[in-house]
Amino acid sequence: MRVGVITFPGTLDDRDAQRAVRLAGHEPVALWHGEHDLHGVDALVLPGGFSYGDYLRCGAIAARSPIMTEVVEAAERGMPVLGICNGFQMLTEARLLPGGLVRNATGLFVRRDQRLRVERTTTAWTNRFEEGQEIVIPLKNGEGRFVATPDEIERIEGEGLVAFRYLGDDPNGSIDAIAGIANAAGNVMGLMPHPEHAVELGFGPTTTRMKAGIDGLEIFKSALEAVAA
Amino acid sequence: MAVIVVDVMPKAEILDPQGKAVSRALARLGHGEIGDVRLGKRFELTVEGEVTDALLEQVRKIADDVLANTVIEDVVGVRVQEEADR
Repeated sequence: MRVGVITFPGTLDDRDAQRAVRLAGHEPVALWHGEHDLHGVDALVLPGGFSYGDYLRCGAIAARSPIMTEVVEAAERGMPVLGICNGFQMLTEARLLPGGLVRNATGLFVRRDQRLRVERTTTAWTNRFEEGQEIVIPLKNGEGRFVATPDEIERIEGEGLVAFRYLGDDPNGSIDAIAGIANAAGNVMGLMPHPEHAVELGFGPTTTRMKAGIDGLEIFKSALEAVAA
Repeated sequence: MAVIVVDVMPKAEILDPQGKAVSRALARLGHGEIGDVRLGKRFELTVEGEVTDALLEQVRKIADDVLANTVIEDVVGVRVQEEADR
Protein backbone atom coordinates (compact mmCIF):
# COMPACT_ATOMS: atom_id res chain seq x y z
CA MET A 1 0.00 0.00 0.00
CA ARG A 2 1.17 3.54 -0.76
CA VAL A 3 0.66 5.95 2.14
CA GLY A 4 1.03 9.68 1.51
CA VAL A 5 2.60 11.80 4.23
CA ILE A 6 1.91 15.50 3.72
CA THR A 7 4.54 18.08 4.61
CA PHE A 8 3.32 21.59 5.46
CA PRO A 9 5.58 24.56 6.27
CA GLY A 10 6.50 23.93 9.92
CA THR A 11 5.72 20.21 9.93
CA LEU A 12 8.22 18.35 12.12
CA ASP A 13 7.30 14.68 12.26
CA ASP A 14 6.88 13.92 8.55
CA ARG A 15 10.09 11.88 8.37
CA ASP A 16 9.14 9.93 11.50
CA ALA A 17 5.71 9.24 10.00
CA GLN A 18 7.31 8.06 6.74
CA ARG A 19 9.57 5.76 8.72
CA ALA A 20 6.60 4.38 10.66
CA VAL A 21 4.79 3.70 7.38
CA ARG A 22 7.86 1.82 6.08
CA LEU A 23 8.24 -0.21 9.30
CA ALA A 24 4.55 -1.16 9.00
CA GLY A 25 5.32 -2.65 5.60
CA HIS A 26 3.98 0.09 3.34
CA GLU A 27 5.53 2.49 0.88
CA PRO A 28 5.64 6.11 2.14
CA VAL A 29 5.00 8.82 -0.45
CA ALA A 30 6.09 12.36 0.42
CA LEU A 31 3.41 14.89 -0.51
CA TRP A 32 3.69 18.69 -0.50
CA HIS A 33 1.00 21.03 0.84
CA GLY A 34 1.21 23.38 -2.13
CA GLU A 35 0.24 20.78 -4.74
CA HIS A 36 -3.18 19.65 -5.88
CA ASP A 37 -2.01 16.05 -6.34
CA LEU A 38 -2.20 13.01 -4.05
CA HIS A 39 0.00 10.95 -6.43
CA GLY A 40 -2.46 8.06 -6.37
CA VAL A 41 -1.88 7.07 -2.73
CA ASP A 42 -4.18 4.64 -0.88
CA ALA A 43 -4.11 6.40 2.51
CA LEU A 44 -2.94 9.70 4.00
CA VAL A 45 -1.11 10.84 7.11
CA LEU A 46 -1.13 14.47 8.27
CA PRO A 47 1.84 14.53 10.65
CA GLY A 48 2.61 16.60 13.71
CA GLY A 49 4.59 19.78 14.12
CA PHE A 50 3.88 23.49 14.19
CA SER A 51 2.57 24.33 10.73
CA TYR A 52 2.77 28.06 10.08
CA GLY A 53 4.16 28.49 13.60
CA ASP A 54 0.66 27.84 15.02
CA TYR A 55 -0.26 31.32 13.72
CA LEU A 56 -3.97 32.22 13.72
CA ARG A 57 -4.85 28.87 15.40
CA CYS A 58 -3.04 25.53 15.46
CA GLY A 59 -3.53 23.89 12.05
CA ALA A 60 -5.82 26.66 10.80
CA ILE A 61 -3.72 27.92 7.89
CA ALA A 62 -2.51 24.44 6.89
CA ALA A 63 -6.14 23.25 6.82
CA ARG A 64 -6.70 25.76 4.00
CA SER A 65 -3.66 24.66 1.94
CA PRO A 66 -4.07 23.78 -1.75
CA ILE A 67 -3.70 20.02 -1.12
CA MET A 68 -6.50 20.04 1.46
CA THR A 69 -9.09 20.30 -1.35
CA GLU A 70 -7.97 16.85 -2.51
CA VAL A 71 -7.64 15.55 1.08
CA VAL A 72 -11.25 16.49 1.87
CA GLU A 73 -12.48 14.90 -1.39
CA ALA A 74 -10.52 11.70 -0.71
CA ALA A 75 -11.74 11.56 2.90
CA GLU A 76 -15.33 11.92 1.71
CA ARG A 77 -14.77 9.04 -0.75
CA GLY A 78 -13.62 6.87 2.19
CA MET A 79 -9.82 7.00 1.96
CA PRO A 80 -8.12 6.33 5.32
CA VAL A 81 -6.82 9.66 6.68
CA LEU A 82 -4.83 9.89 9.92
CA GLY A 83 -4.10 13.20 11.65
CA ILE A 84 -1.48 13.18 14.39
CA CYS A 85 -1.26 16.11 16.83
CA ASN A 86 -0.98 19.14 14.52
CA GLY A 87 -2.56 16.92 11.83
CA PHE A 88 -5.50 16.26 14.21
CA GLN A 89 -5.83 20.01 14.69
CA MET A 90 -5.91 20.42 10.88
CA LEU A 91 -8.65 17.78 10.52
CA THR A 92 -10.86 19.64 13.02
CA GLU A 93 -10.11 22.96 11.31
CA ALA A 94 -11.06 21.36 7.95
CA ARG A 95 -14.28 20.11 9.65
CA LEU A 96 -13.45 16.52 8.75
CA LEU A 97 -13.66 15.80 12.48
CA PRO A 98 -15.91 17.47 15.09
CA GLY A 99 -14.74 19.60 18.01
CA GLY A 100 -11.60 21.65 18.40
CA LEU A 101 -8.26 21.64 20.22
CA VAL A 102 -7.28 24.48 22.51
CA ARG A 103 -4.51 25.31 24.96
CA ASN A 104 -3.96 22.72 27.71
CA ALA A 105 -5.92 23.49 30.87
CA THR A 106 -2.68 23.74 32.86
CA GLY A 107 -1.22 26.18 30.33
CA LEU A 108 1.82 23.92 30.10
CA PHE A 109 3.43 22.02 27.25
CA VAL A 110 3.27 18.34 28.18
CA ARG A 111 5.72 15.64 27.11
CA ARG A 112 5.27 12.14 28.50
CA ASP A 113 4.77 8.49 27.64
CA GLN A 114 0.98 8.40 27.75
CA ARG A 115 -1.27 5.47 28.61
CA LEU A 116 -4.38 5.29 26.45
CA ARG A 117 -7.45 3.09 26.31
CA VAL A 118 -8.60 2.01 22.86
CA GLU A 119 -12.32 2.81 22.82
CA ARG A 120 -13.18 2.01 19.24
CA THR A 121 -11.81 -0.64 16.90
CA THR A 122 -14.18 0.03 13.99
CA THR A 123 -11.88 2.51 12.28
CA ALA A 124 -9.38 2.17 9.46
CA TRP A 125 -6.60 2.89 11.94
CA THR A 126 -7.54 0.91 15.07
CA ASN A 127 -8.85 -2.41 13.73
CA ARG A 128 -5.84 -4.38 14.98
CA PHE A 129 -6.53 -3.44 18.59
CA GLU A 130 -8.97 -5.02 21.04
CA GLU A 131 -11.67 -2.77 22.46
CA GLY A 132 -10.57 -1.63 25.92
CA GLN A 133 -6.91 -2.46 25.21
CA GLU A 134 -4.38 -0.31 27.04
CA ILE A 135 -1.51 1.09 24.97
CA VAL A 136 1.36 3.52 25.60
CA ILE A 137 2.26 6.22 23.08
CA PRO A 138 4.35 9.38 23.49
CA LEU A 139 2.47 12.65 23.87
CA LYS A 140 3.92 16.13 23.33
CA ASN A 141 1.75 19.19 22.95
CA GLY A 142 0.75 22.55 24.34
CA GLU A 143 -2.67 22.75 22.71
CA GLY A 144 -4.18 19.32 22.92
CA ARG A 145 -7.27 19.97 24.97
CA PHE A 146 -10.23 18.53 23.09
CA VAL A 147 -13.38 20.64 23.42
CA ALA A 148 -16.81 20.81 21.82
CA THR A 149 -20.23 22.15 22.77
CA PRO A 150 -22.27 19.97 25.18
CA ASP A 151 -24.62 18.99 22.30
CA GLU A 152 -21.67 17.98 20.14
CA ILE A 153 -20.10 15.97 22.98
CA GLU A 154 -23.41 14.17 23.46
CA ARG A 155 -23.46 13.30 19.75
CA ILE A 156 -19.77 12.22 19.73
CA GLU A 157 -20.31 9.97 22.75
CA GLY A 158 -23.73 8.78 21.57
CA GLU A 159 -22.38 7.72 18.18
CA GLY A 160 -19.30 6.18 19.79
CA LEU A 161 -16.84 8.28 17.80
CA VAL A 162 -14.18 8.39 20.53
CA ALA A 163 -11.21 6.25 19.47
CA PHE A 164 -8.83 6.78 22.41
CA ARG A 165 -9.11 8.12 25.96
CA TYR A 166 -6.32 9.17 28.32
CA LEU A 167 -5.71 6.83 31.24
CA GLY A 168 -4.46 8.25 34.53
CA ASP A 169 -4.08 12.03 34.72
CA ASP A 170 -5.66 13.78 31.74
CA PRO A 171 -2.62 15.68 30.38
CA ASN A 172 -4.65 18.35 28.57
CA GLY A 173 -7.92 18.70 30.45
CA SER A 174 -9.83 17.29 27.45
CA ILE A 175 -13.57 16.81 27.83
CA ASP A 176 -14.25 13.16 28.76
CA ALA A 177 -10.46 12.55 28.59
CA ILE A 178 -10.75 12.35 24.80
CA ALA A 179 -7.34 11.72 23.18
CA GLY A 180 -8.53 10.80 19.69
CA ILE A 181 -11.71 10.56 17.64
CA ALA A 182 -12.78 9.19 14.27
CA ASN A 183 -15.63 10.12 11.95
CA ALA A 184 -18.76 7.96 11.78
CA ALA A 185 -17.45 6.07 8.72
CA GLY A 186 -14.21 5.32 10.60
CA ASN A 187 -11.84 6.28 7.79
CA VAL A 188 -10.79 9.67 9.21
CA MET A 189 -9.10 9.63 12.61
CA GLY A 190 -7.22 12.20 14.63
CA LEU A 191 -5.29 11.82 17.89
CA MET A 192 -2.99 14.03 19.94
CA PRO A 193 -0.42 11.38 21.00
CA HIS A 194 2.22 10.34 18.46
CA PRO A 195 2.00 6.69 17.30
CA GLU A 196 4.89 7.27 14.88
CA HIS A 197 7.20 7.60 17.92
CA ALA A 198 6.31 4.10 19.15
CA VAL A 199 7.22 1.87 16.23
CA GLU A 200 10.71 0.54 16.86
CA LEU A 201 12.42 -1.28 19.75
CA GLY A 202 14.92 0.98 21.49
CA PHE A 203 13.28 4.19 20.31
CA GLY A 204 9.78 4.02 21.75
CA PRO A 205 8.19 4.84 25.09
CA THR A 206 9.33 2.97 28.17
CA THR A 207 6.86 0.23 28.98
CA THR A 208 7.93 -3.08 30.50
CA ARG A 209 11.45 -2.49 29.20
CA MET A 210 13.29 0.75 28.52
CA LYS A 211 12.14 2.40 25.27
CA ALA A 212 10.55 -0.85 24.13
CA GLY A 213 7.03 0.39 23.33
CA ILE A 214 5.88 -0.24 19.76
CA ASP A 215 2.09 0.06 20.17
CA GLY A 216 2.00 2.80 17.53
CA LEU A 217 3.01 0.37 14.81
CA GLU A 218 -0.41 -1.32 14.98
CA ILE A 219 -2.05 1.93 13.88
CA PHE A 220 0.05 2.10 10.72
CA LYS A 221 -0.51 -1.61 10.03
CA SER A 222 -4.28 -1.23 10.51
CA ALA A 223 -4.64 0.98 7.46
CA LEU A 224 -3.39 -1.80 5.19
CA GLU A 225 -6.05 -4.22 6.40
CA ALA A 226 -8.75 -1.59 5.98
CA VAL A 227 -7.84 -1.04 2.32
CA ALA A 228 -7.33 -4.74 1.61
CA ALA A 229 -10.71 -5.59 3.18
CA MET B 1 -8.30 53.17 2.12
CA ALA B 2 -10.27 51.91 5.05
CA VAL B 3 -9.63 49.54 7.92
CA ILE B 4 -12.14 46.92 8.99
CA VAL B 5 -11.66 45.63 12.53
CA VAL B 6 -12.68 42.09 13.44
CA ASP B 7 -12.72 41.02 17.09
CA VAL B 8 -12.64 37.35 18.05
CA MET B 9 -12.96 35.91 21.56
CA PRO B 10 -12.72 32.37 22.92
CA LYS B 11 -16.19 31.03 23.69
CA ALA B 12 -17.30 31.91 27.21
CA GLU B 13 -17.69 28.26 28.24
CA ILE B 14 -14.13 27.36 27.20
CA LEU B 15 -11.46 27.79 29.86
CA ASP B 16 -8.91 30.42 28.81
CA PRO B 17 -5.57 29.48 30.47
CA GLN B 18 -3.84 32.55 29.00
CA GLY B 19 -6.40 34.84 30.60
CA LYS B 20 -6.09 32.96 33.89
CA ALA B 21 -2.29 33.38 33.90
CA VAL B 22 -2.64 37.13 33.25
CA SER B 23 -5.28 37.43 35.96
CA ARG B 24 -2.99 35.72 38.49
CA ALA B 25 -0.07 37.95 37.49
CA LEU B 26 -2.21 41.09 37.98
CA ALA B 27 -3.26 39.91 41.42
CA ARG B 28 0.40 39.32 42.30
CA LEU B 29 1.22 42.87 41.17
CA GLY B 30 -1.29 44.23 43.63
CA HIS B 31 -4.28 44.71 41.31
CA GLY B 32 -6.57 42.51 43.35
CA GLU B 33 -9.64 44.44 42.22
CA ILE B 34 -9.31 42.87 38.78
CA GLY B 35 -10.89 39.44 38.62
CA ASP B 36 -11.35 37.41 35.48
CA VAL B 37 -9.24 38.23 32.39
CA ARG B 38 -9.97 36.83 28.95
CA LEU B 39 -7.74 37.20 25.91
CA GLY B 40 -9.05 37.50 22.38
CA LYS B 41 -7.77 38.60 18.99
CA ARG B 42 -8.18 41.75 16.97
CA PHE B 43 -7.69 41.67 13.20
CA GLU B 44 -7.24 44.88 11.18
CA LEU B 45 -8.03 44.37 7.52
CA THR B 46 -6.98 47.19 5.21
CA VAL B 47 -9.09 47.53 2.08
CA GLU B 48 -8.74 49.73 -0.99
CA GLY B 49 -11.59 52.13 -1.65
CA GLU B 50 -14.95 52.36 0.00
CA VAL B 51 -16.45 49.89 2.42
CA THR B 52 -19.74 48.76 0.91
CA ASP B 53 -22.40 46.60 2.54
CA ALA B 54 -21.39 43.79 0.20
CA LEU B 55 -17.77 44.06 1.34
CA LEU B 56 -18.76 44.06 5.00
CA GLU B 57 -20.87 40.98 4.34
CA GLN B 58 -17.83 39.35 2.69
CA VAL B 59 -15.67 40.21 5.72
CA ARG B 60 -18.27 38.74 8.09
CA LYS B 61 -18.09 35.51 6.09
CA ILE B 62 -14.26 35.55 6.15
CA ALA B 63 -14.43 36.13 9.92
CA ASP B 64 -16.65 33.09 10.43
CA ASP B 65 -14.80 30.85 7.94
CA VAL B 66 -11.14 31.72 8.54
CA LEU B 67 -10.38 34.35 11.18
CA ALA B 68 -12.35 32.48 13.83
CA ASN B 69 -13.04 28.80 14.40
CA THR B 70 -16.65 29.01 15.50
CA VAL B 71 -16.35 25.64 17.24
CA ILE B 72 -14.15 27.26 19.90
CA GLU B 73 -14.43 31.02 19.29
CA ASP B 74 -17.02 33.73 18.63
CA VAL B 75 -16.74 36.68 16.28
CA VAL B 76 -17.80 39.47 18.62
CA GLY B 77 -17.43 42.44 16.30
CA VAL B 78 -16.96 43.48 12.68
CA ARG B 79 -16.76 47.26 12.20
CA VAL B 80 -15.14 49.96 10.12
CA GLN B 81 -12.47 51.87 11.98
CA GLU B 82 -13.04 55.62 11.85
CA GLU B 83 -10.17 57.89 10.74
CA ALA B 84 -10.15 59.57 14.15
CA ASP B 85 -9.48 56.24 15.87
CA ARG B 86 -6.22 55.63 14.04
